[in-house]
Amino acid sequence: MSLDRQNSVKEQRRPDRAALAIAAVLVTIAGTIFFDVARLKGMAGYSQIGPATIPDWIAFALVGLAIWTVIAAFRRDFPEREHQEFGPVVWIVAGLIAQMLLLRTAGFSIATGVLFALTAAGFGKKRLWITLPIGIVLCLVIWLIFAGLLQLSLPAGPLEHLFL
Amino acid sequence: MSTFEFLLQGLASAAEPMNLLYALIGVTLGTAVGVLPGIGPALTVALLLPVTYRLDPTGSLIMFAGIYYGGMYGGSTTSILLNTPGESASIVTALEGNKMARNGRGGPALATAAIGSFVAGLIATLLLAFIAPYIVKLALVFGPREYFALMVLAFVTVSSAFGDSTLRGLTSLFIGLAFSVVGIDQLTGQNRLSFGVPDLLDGIEVTTMAVAMFAIGETLYIAAQGNRGPETVEAVKGSVWMNAADWARSWKAWLRGTVIGFPIGAMPAGGAEIGTFLSYAAEKRLTKHPEEFGNGAIEGVAGPEAANNASAAGTLVPLLTLGLPTTATAAIMLAGFQQYGLQPGPLLFATNPQLVWGLIASLLIANLMLLVLNLPLIGLWVKLLTIPKPWLYAGILVFATLGTIGANPSVFELGMLLTFGLLGYVMRVFGYPIAPVVVGLILGPLAEQQLRRALAISQGDVTVLFTSPIAAVLLAVAAIALILPLILRARGRGEVLSQMAASED
Repeated sequence: MSLDRQNSVKEQRRPDRAALAIAAVLVTIAGTIFFDVARLKGMAGYSQIGPATIPDWIAFALVGLAIWTVIAAFRRDFPEREHQEFGPVVWIVAGLIAQMLLLRTAGFSIATGVLFALTAAGFGKKRLWITLPIGIVLCLVIWLIFAGLLQLSLPAGPLEHLFL
Repeated sequence: MSTFEFLLQGLASAAEPMNLLYALIGVTLGTAVGVLPGIGPALTVALLLPVTYRLDPTGSLIMFAGIYYGGMYGGSTTSILLNTPGESASIVTALEGNKMARNGRGGPALATAAIGSFVAGLIATLLLAFIAPYIVKLALVFGPREYFALMVLAFVTVSSAFGDSTLRGLTSLFIGLAFSVVGIDQLTGQNRLSFGVPDLLDGIEVTTMAVAMFAIGETLYIAAQGNRGPETVEAVKGSVWMNAADWARSWKAWLRGTVIGFPIGAMPAGGAEIGTFLSYAAEKRLTKHPEEFGNGAIEGVAGPEAANNASAAGTLVPLLTLGLPTTATAAIMLAGFQQYGLQPGPLLFATNPQLVWGLIASLLIANLMLLVLNLPLIGLWVKLLTIPKPWLYAGILVFATLGTIGANPSVFELGMLLTFGLLGYVMRVFGYPIAPVVVGLILGPLAEQQLRRALAISQGDVTVLFTSPIAAVLLAVAAIALILPLILRARGRGEVLSQMAASED
């Protein structure tokens, strides 16, 4: 390890910014835990072990791991990241958000059909006028099977009411 | 009653027509979803768990067992024909199996994997049935501190003993543990970290977390890689049947794989991967055809596949007898029990023997169904592999959200799904393992309960954890499992460990 690492440290002295950001997130989670359970400190009772004890330990561990992550960031211990394309990620996240917003009003088939089409778009099938109807029909079939036969409570919308 | 009588009773209950139907639906769904590339057993079970919500506990757990075993069978098909293992436990299978498929011997490779899985599953399930009552007796002498020590050991082996970084493994684990304290504290009824959101009072749903991390995180990650050229599915040419030479070379490998895999699964020692690697190494050393290894040796498929299934059945030993999940798949199985208010462990064997033994017996039946389902219908499953990526992943997301909506049709739950999906994506980008988060989330509350009970008895004295001999030994083993890999990696010997990474997705 030592040789490799010394070389890489010489080449790139800047710390790994992303790793520093991760450390910051870990400290934030720890801080949130400390802050929230502080109000439960009085509950510990005679044994001094209460609902706040374990969250505090976990938070301390997270702070420790954050410090370790910072050290790793300065030694550039993190593996090289592969190049990420964000276009597809945006498509899929948009699909998930659309489904979330449409679910209550438009029902399972339309909302999930939109998710289907936008995910397919994220993977390169961008012809929505083809993928959207396919997705909606597919989801309607799924709705009929799962809501009908297996009695899952999937929200119904205008399309599903045609079959109720 | 003896184990044998219990097992017969279980078989009788599992053989009822409705239960047979549930088992059949389970194995079919499990195989279908398990075949899809990128989906391993953990995700298969997480995706399909909500499907079983509305059934009675016995029927549902039987369907569930079918899904679990079906997912395992499906996974091996993917790795043989596609060379992209759906799960880390199939990496070794892909090594030789894909070579066989390229040489036009895909049929025998699939057959030896399926029959080997059957043989191993049969033997290991019987071993499970006969060992479980003894572990249950042992578990009765376990107090809170012994349980806590056992869980610490499981935490260490899942998060940091294998994989390529102790730091990232532990970070994943503690993120899971931090999520696990959300909701109402089980001992005092105080709510913690729920910030007044009623949806969070019950804690974070394990299935939501698992589906988000595995399915959505993985989909986002694959999408972000862009187009890296098409993957080739090897067509199954020629007969699927094995010839006499194949049988002669396979059967010993199946048995050896079973013997290697089962104990590794049964100990709280991490995933099925280790067993498959050991089995592969053993077959390579013992073979009479060393020249074939690396070019498609049938033993190299038969042994590891048997080991894989044997250790999968093995993980049910700590899960059923101690309530201790040692893999991500087992963690999700535990969530399956908990949705009916059942807590696996010694008590369940006493209070609900019909259910436990019905489940064990249904594993035997599911195993048999899978053999029948897989050999003649293999062509059908192979077709699933040729689904183009856009349709495949669109379908996976439909199923992933279907499960969450079916369990709890709320916008908040879908929001959590999205949030954790993005978290899973970011963790993949930075090389953090996913399984420790899920195991931490589900095992966290159990470990906390035991720890607080132990400390409450000792009035806050932490040394009490080390004064019981059993607990002290378990904690010492956990400490070794934590420190030894650190030293190995520091000395540049970490490649072996990262090969055994328990990614389980």
